[in-house]
Amino acid sequence: MSILIIQILNSLFYASVLFLIAAGLSLIFGVMRIVNMAHGTFFAVGAFATAWLVARAVALGLPAGWTFLLIPVGAGAVALLGIVIEPLLRPFYRRAEEYQLLVTFGLLLILEDVIRVVWGGLPLSADPLMDALPIIRIGGLIYPAYNLVVIAVGAVAALLLWAGIYRTKFGVMLRATSQDRRMASALGLNVGLVYVSAFAIGCFMAGLGGAIVVPTQAAVLGMGIDALILAFVVVVIGGLGSLQGALVGALIVSFVRTAGIQFFPEIELAVLYLIAVVVLLVKPTGLFGSA
Amino acid sequence: MILLRTVDLRKQFGETKACDGVNFVVNKGEFISLVGSNGAGKTSLVNLISAQLKPDSGQILFEDKDITFASVHERIKAGIARSFQIVNLFDALSVFDNVALSVFTREGKTAKIATLAEHDQAVRDETFDVLGRFGLRDKSSVPAGGLAQGERKLLDVAVAYALRPKLLFLDEPTSGVSTRDKTQIMDTVSSVVRAGAVTAVVIEHDMDVVFRYSDRIVMMHEGRFLADGTPEEIKANKDVASILLGAPLSA
Amino acid sequence: MKADVSRISYRPKLALAAASALVLIVLALLPPFIGLYQTQLLTYGLIAAIAALGFNILLGYTGLLSFGHSAFFGIGAYSIAFLLRDAGIHSMELYILIGLPIAALASALFGYICVRHTRIFFGILTLALSQVLYSLALKLFWITGGTDGLRVPRPTLLAGTISFTGAGAFQRFIDAYYYYVLGVFAICVVVMWVIVHSPFGKALQAIRDNEIRAAFLGLRIHRFRWMSFLISGTFTGLAGILWAPLNGLTTPDVLYWPFSGEIVFTTLLGGFRNFTGPIVGGIVFTYLKTYAVATTEYWQLLLGVVLVLLVMLLPTGIVGAISAAAKKLGPNSP
Repeated sequence: MSILIIQILNSLFYASVLFLIAAGLSLIFGVMRIVNMAHGTFFAVGAFATAWLVARAVALGLPAGWTFLLIPVGAGAVALLGIVIEPLLRPFYRRAEEYQLLVTFGLLLILEDVIRVVWGGLPLSADPLMDALPIIRIGGLIYPAYNLVVIAVGAVAALLLWAGIYRTKFGVMLRATSQDRRMASALGLNVGLVYVSAFAIGCFMAGLGGAIVVPTQAAVLGMGIDALILAFVVVVIGGLGSLQGALVGALIVSFVRTAGIQFFPEIELAVLYLIAVVVLLVKPTGLFGSA
Repeated sequence: MILLRTVDLRKQFGETKACDGVNFVVNKGEFISLVGSNGAGKTSLVNLISAQLKPDSGQILFEDKDITFASVHERIKAGIARSFQIVNLFDALSVFDNVALSVFTREGKTAKIATLAEHDQAVRDETFDVLGRFGLRDKSSVPAGGLAQGERKLLDVAVAYALRPKLLFLDEPTSGVSTRDKTQIMDTVSSVVRAGAVTAVVIEHDMDVVFRYSDRIVMMHEGRFLADGTPEEIKANKDVASILLGAPLSA
Repeated sequence: MKADVSRISYRPKLALAAASALVLIVLALLPPFIGLYQTQLLTYGLIAAIAALGFNILLGYTGLLSFGHSAFFGIGAYSIAFLLRDAGIHSMELYILIGLPIAALASALFGYICVRHTRIFFGILTLALSQVLYSLALKLFWITGGTDGLRVPRPTLLAGTISFTGAGAFQRFIDAYYYYVLGVFAICVVVMWVIVHSPFGKALQAIRDNEIRAAFLGLRIHRFRWMSFLISGTFTGLAGILWAPLNGLTTPDVLYWPFSGEIVFTTLLGGFRNFTGPIVGGIVFTYLKTYAVATTEYWQLLLGVVLVLLVMLLPTGIVGAISAAAKKLGPNSP
């Protein structure tokens, strides 16, 4: 029984991280109709930045408990990066999709190497953060409390995002712009501001995903690509542009993955990919998506 | 001889009834104009017949065969073709290639991968013949995207015509074109279509064009047929005149 | 009535054939003048050109942008390594004869999955596929040699009649292999040229330009895209097959996503709207990369920056820019 609980918790943990990345991707697509191929790399930047900050802070004597504050800082750094980059991408929103893909792919190449330039090629970890929290007992087994924090963060983020989009004035602006950009602009909405904000939020989510996952697994080169593909599997299942789709998709992918790695640990990525293929064949727009 | 028949065809979009029990009969060899105000259901009807939409209920019979659920591919094979209101061409390909492709597809030659498209003499001859009829022969090597609007409209029709359909739907072939070009385009289209013994249904808003070229005029209003007859009959029909023109026509 | 327009004119094609033959002759005469290292580099360039040619039937002619073509290149390369290690095959002809169908089969399978979708989903599906293969190549190291890779020593050419052992073998191999690859390259160019100018090729372009209209002509979109994918993967797989003996080693790097990025970049560099674009791109890129990698450690960063610049400033690539300039200066200019 305890093992089952642990598996469920593990799935929720993974789903939390996936949700953050996928929701960010979906949000950006929903508003600007572009798919940012570098989105996974923003996740990676969040992971690297946070790990680096934690290491520096601990070296400077900060008690491990306080390093939690660095998580939003790491995510915020990614959001800042997004704010800088979005205006540069804007001229491409109207161009043919191939060019959008090529440009964001170029961005991917650049950022992956920037990570290498800034933080070097070796993995960076943020163990102090995780160790700051106790190990708890579930039944006869032990489980890191940190993972529960991750699950909580994911849940809170989902709520805040939902509230932000459906209950605030800004959310209305977002939705208006995503439905009809020209109309929104004609009504006096500052479309540019909406774009930058949406992109920044999307990047913050991706960065937050990286920030909260890095205490449990070290930041390594290439993690961005795998994150991109996983985020895609999630939005394929849940539907591109849908918040609830990102949530449901993240849960489905996580649970199937947890089950899958019990039996086929080596081909974990292949199993996830297969899920995406099956869903695409059956319902191409995903469970909650609109083409 | 009846070529196409719809039986109580219905299609609804939310509250709007695009087609509300349409019984459309097209006889072989006719040149029919399908008229009506915007939103009357004309394009929906054509979309239903050409498989771009699935009907909610009702039947579509072509040459007495039920094609209600046939795929686009099957309907084209059966002999139905259409052009589009917003010109829909292969812009990067030449005018020649645009039309030649219809011929290749019709002849089932598109699987040929080891021969050069240019070297098929039969296809070349037919393509140039069609281009000649539509007055586009001089522009055969120009990319379709580089033509003037009127020429693009003609090419759009030519591409559909080259499929040698039995029934050709033309969706506003003169829209967006200057008045002077309109006559020229309709002259060409009308003469080519009649010479080729193709049955045509043309969606059209310009009433001058409609009265000048049609054998028969069918008027739709709010998803239903309001009137159906020769130009003279329609002119004499007071309901039609008031809806279409706001005032009775002078005889 | 200009009756003569409808007659097939052979002159432009003869001119094209003559020009191509000339280029081929020049390429054939180069080795003694450029030395061993440059000959080897040019061989890599021709191989890259074949990979790009294959990639471009999918992008330039069918309108599908794949981010996972490293998968086919890698399948080609690894097939040879396995044929060598597990079946003891040394003959280049057998490598091609057996490797090509394997690449074709993989393309057929992947294509079936991928072509139901377009644009971003297509791009990500292809990327994911190559990542799956990459992770398999890494993790199943007892089969694939993991990061160490598998050695591919020099094969025998021309049905085993020419082998490369003993003193001076490397030099003799490079000299001979250059001509071998040049020959295969020439065949590939001709085959691809015929394909894209055939009725099939025209249908592909129509689907690229206007999927709806193409469907309304009666073309089966998925089938044509699938065929294009099949051809594309096979050509790129052939490039991988030719590459492995030259490189001497097959590693997972050749399945890794940046390599797919290089193939994309190559095609964009040369120009994806022209037939010769990928060829020019492949050769130019090989030289650029060699010198760039020697200069900077952050090669990927450079690649990314140049890619973005290309999209912004030179979206039609080198060949596109040249042909646009030629049109402006040419005899038919206004």
